[in-house]
Amino acid sequence: MVFYILKRILATVPVMGVVALFVFLMLRLSPGDPAAVIAGDYATAEDIIRIRETLGLNDPIIVQFTRWIGQLLRGDLGISIFTNLPVTTLIVQRLEPTIMLTLTTIIFTIVVAVPLGTLAAWKQGSLIDRAVMLFSVAGFSVPVFVLGYILIYVISIKLGWLPVQGYKSMFTDGVIPFFRHIILPTVTLSVIFIALIARMTRASVMEVLQEDYVRTARAKGQSEFKVLMKHAVRNAAVPIVTVIGLGIALLIGGVVVTESVYNIPGLGRLVLDAVLKRDYPIIQGLILLFSFVYILINLLIDLSYTLFDPRIKY
Amino acid sequence: MLRWTRRHVLAAAAVFASVIAGPVLPAQAESVLRVIPHADLKNLDPIWTTAYISRNHGYLIYDTLFAMNEKFEPQPQMVDSHEVSDDNMTWTFKLRDGLKFHDGADVTSEDVIASLKRWGARDGMGQQLMGAMGEMVAVDASTFQFKLSKPYGLVLESIGKISSNVPFIMPKRVAETDPFKQIEDNTGSGPFVFVKEEWVPGSKVVYKKFADYKPRSEAPDAASGGKIAKVDRVEWTYFPDQTTAMNALINGEVDFFEQPANDLAPLLEANENLVVEINDPLGSIGFSRFNHLLPPFDNAEVRRAAIMAMKQEDYMQAAVGDQKYWKTCYSVYPCGTPLQNDKGSDVMATGDLDKAKAALSASGYDGTPVVIMQPTDIPLLSAFSLVTAEKLRNIGMKVDVQAMDWSTLTSRRAKRDPVADGGWNIFHTWWIGADVIDPMSIAFSGDPEKGWFGWPKDNELEEARSTYANATSAEEKKAAAEKVQERLWTIGASAELGQFYNPVAYRNNVKGLIKSPVQFFWNISVE
Repeated sequence: MVFYILKRILATVPVMGVVALFVFLMLRLSPGDPAAVIAGDYATAEDIIRIRETLGLNDPIIVQFTRWIGQLLRGDLGISIFTNLPVTTLIVQRLEPTIMLTLTTIIFTIVVAVPLGTLAAWKQGSLIDRAVMLFSVAGFSVPVFVLGYILIYVISIKLGWLPVQGYKSMFTDGVIPFFRHIILPTVTLSVIFIALIARMTRASVMEVLQEDYVRTARAKGQSEFKVLMKHAVRNAAVPIVTVIGLGIALLIGGVVVTESVYNIPGLGRLVLDAVLKRDYPIIQGLILLFSFVYILINLLIDLSYTLFDPRIKY
Repeated sequence: MLRWTRRHVLAAAAVFASVIAGPVLPAQAESVLRVIPHADLKNLDPIWTTAYISRNHGYLIYDTLFAMNEKFEPQPQMVDSHEVSDDNMTWTFKLRDGLKFHDGADVTSEDVIASLKRWGARDGMGQQLMGAMGEMVAVDASTFQFKLSKPYGLVLESIGKISSNVPFIMPKRVAETDPFKQIEDNTGSGPFVFVKEEWVPGSKVVYKKFADYKPRSEAPDAASGGKIAKVDRVEWTYFPDQTTAMNALINGEVDFFEQPANDLAPLLEANENLVVEINDPLGSIGFSRFNHLLPPFDNAEVRRAAIMAMKQEDYMQAAVGDQKYWKTCYSVYPCGTPLQNDKGSDVMATGDLDKAKAALSASGYDGTPVVIMQPTDIPLLSAFSLVTAEKLRNIGMKVDVQAMDWSTLTSRRAKRDPVADGGWNIFHTWWIGADVIDPMSIAFSGDPEKGWFGWPKDNELEEARSTYANATSAEEKKAAAEKVQERLWTIGASAELGQFYNPVAYRNNVKGLIKSPVQFFWNISVE
């Protein structure tokens, strides 16, 4: 197992190298010039050239790339073109809101989606099953921002129960302010994943419920609850966990919209702003970070299979 | 397994209720003005960038030697008194007593001179001033002199400039930073102090009142007069989503919304707790800019024909909507400003497709396609682009609208290459009224080497601008300004698409807004 983990970690190096090259080239070859954005409406061509020189953007691409790789190897993600702050500082500033929103979304999604999908599979063909499927289709179809606006209008404006926007840290502002601000964004972002995972859970559990060992467990007099939780869900867990892992990648995209709608100063907004302004160091740093996180999550998902299925060994 | 007893249910209900109800907070000792600014503050150096948000940031933490009142007359601000020699070539200024930087150091002449040099290296008007400057001399700690090398009629207008780049005064050590590099020290002498530890770029900016700021005794009048900080803190929270911003204001989570979208104004106006009004008397002017270097708009008659087709009402209805927030204006200087006039503006006032078609036919237009750059991420400019496309097609021009984002547009508009190599024929933008208030605006340049994108070349225009810069009387300035306008319309430099206004919206317990083309945050209190 340890050897397997080490092998996977080492394998991230060439993957990250390819990602780094790809993102660097894609940015440099895309239209748009941060120097022109910085220079503004009053700019002359000379101003833009001068700014490009100051930022090192007129250097040959290979020189720029080598310089950046050298910085990366020293753990330095570079300096933001616009704010003149280290990219690492900007990422650290924005990390907590995104992590907390992601965590609460994942937890809420699992807590709701797995039981919902299991219930639908158990009561296959019933009104409950149809309701869960209807919710699944609707949840997958409604855009995140539409749902966000509706929740804000009803819960915040009309009922006045929760704030419209913003983020409060659990560690500095307190638990209650944190939850008050995170509830609506979490629900908004969760709906699409609940829809996805509930549907996947239903399909997996339905398949498992047809197995001989489930019939045997029932025949031996086990309660339906134990049949579901001890036999069905546990054996259906591997594909469910796989979809959860894939869903986390989708989560990164959903986080951008949710953070914009709810005005949460997270990484999603940071990358969106950086792309619009062509702040190359931030875009490069964040894409590398997201890639690394995604690789790590996939590793953890693969390792978790051993918990659900003892036959799986690495 | 946990069995829910009545105690558990009551405890859970209490937790739920407290989450919904919110915490009971102690009474706030500090007064805070919570603002939604029009953009996110990424650059802290208002000399390095011309971004308006950086300019607004500058006004909070810096001060200026002179400042414009609502009649656009430069008034002393940091300066206590000044004298001008009989030949107008030597200007002597004395600073007010007691001016301090946020670090406690006195503001001195050396700081002023260094700041003006840095500003003069980047700003167009500053470059004009420095071009006429023989030397700047620190006579003593609070007295400095301008010794001009040639007559220049806009000395006070230059150092009292209201919009980007504003000649903010910084400590000498900071002002000695290369003008093409950002400063790293944000010490100023303005009414507020920038709290860098709480800055989250792209999200939040915090300013606290500078206790040692010495305001002037006059009442505030646009950028001039007394700058009294009536709140302890100003917090800017940038919202990327206009609807959420509107809801936050309605819900009382913020106090002031600097630039709500015009289509949200009716919703805000309907709320009894909010005030929605136009705070900027000049508004903004929409521009359609031609590339004078490339066909077909290398021909002045083609440009004029295109302008004749562009009816301002159509642009304003498409892009702004409610007529409360726009008007037609055929002066190149904003209507309602001292230099407004109608010389040569018949071409813009035409708005007639048949006349435009006839003029295009007479111009010898040969069917060269017109590339219009359409920035789809800015709704106003996107609408302008589509209206222009329709107008030009209706008079017989071939049009190619190319969609892109603003960042791509800003880099492409700097290219002088042919269209096939990434060039362009038309882009749209707007200027705030304060930036086009006189002939010295870069938007009115006729020098393709130093001028604005589009690069018109007209020596007569440049002579008229130079005459304006050197004029010493109001009459001479007015005559020169009219000449500039006449040339701009004659050569068809740009089309002006109308004068429009963005309202501000704020809670009705916010008092003391100053009417100005720039949003200022002194004099504002939250009751």
